[in-house]
Amino acid sequence: MTLNVTINGEPADIDARTVLALLEERGVDPEARGVAVARNGAVIRRADWSETALADGDALEIVKPFSGG
Amino acid sequence: MPDELRSTAEDRLTIADEHFSSRLLIGTAGYPNQQVMLDALGESGAEIATVSIRRISLEGYAESMVDLLKSYRLLPNTAGCETAKDAVLTAELARESLETDWVKLEVIGDRETLYPDVEGLLQAADQLVKSGFTVLPYCNDDPVTCRKLADLGCAAVMPLGSLIGSGQGLQNPAAIELIVSRSPVPVILDAGIGTASDAALAMELGCDGVLLNTAVAKARDPVSMAGAMRDAVAAGRAARRSGRIPRQSRAEPSSPQLGLIGS
Repeated sequence: MTLNVTINGEPADIDARTVLALLEERGVDPEARGVAVARNGAVIRRADWSETALADGDALEIVKPFSGG
Repeated sequence: MPDELRSTAEDRLTIADEHFSSRLLIGTAGYPNQQVMLDALGESGAEIATVSIRRISLEGYAESMVDLLKSYRLLPNTAGCETAKDAVLTAELARESLETDWVKLEVIGDRETLYPDVEGLLQAADQLVKSGFTVLPYCNDDPVTCRKLADLGCAAVMPLGSLIGSGQGLQNPAAIELIVSRSPVPVILDAGIGTASDAALAMELGCDGVLLNTAVAKARDPVSMAGAMRDAVAAGRAARRSGRIPRQSRAEPSSPQLGLIGS
């Protein structure tokens, strides 16, 4: 069964059950420096990615640094 | 030689107990390409470089800014955030992403002018300072707002010279001077710099540093302009510390009055 979540503002059906699994499912290298994740408005620390369970309706933000002024 | 000149070598910019030799802070956006950006940053002598935090494009992503800019202190911004809530979450994501508690706080009140939303800015600054962030807010050129931000515990204030990216220089030098004369924390002129003389003027008015991006990134020759900005900031700082002569309304000859031929 898939979960219906929002990733970076877009609705998505995912099989992953944890933040770590989600990153892998989406092709984001979890080892890459600079990646940060928030779930429902709260940052999930990298150390907690493998244990943080996802739920139906979660709003996830996956970010990294870009150029900026 | 006055003492204050002799000590120029130790004239460092200090923000939150960290010391910097360069008083120029530089942005990383809008350069013709990545190599020009890196060359311009190198030429500028800046030690602090700003970055943004954005959603990953899930269709793959390029080389990480973290690796590219590892010799700089990265200053993530909250550019584009229009509420205190978004700015705070962006700062928290930046802290996790870059392992820094420094943040250039922007809360934008108007998309067209990119003017700060003072109410949201104060609210976000308060929250972030309380959560242990080193907050450098982009703010209005208003001594009262700057004072409030300093009182909340911001590590510096960064009043705008003019609209972001406009190149209009310092539209209200008197206000900047007033802010400098009253600020208990470093004042970094942020936004509006168009060319080297704008950066020099900011320093002559007593600013502790200058943050710019577009003036270098969009110059015809960004690397050369970065060098000009480095020199302008240094020259403006030296002039400030040297004590300019007072303005007066009449001429005063510099050459000796005696010994003129034909007298």
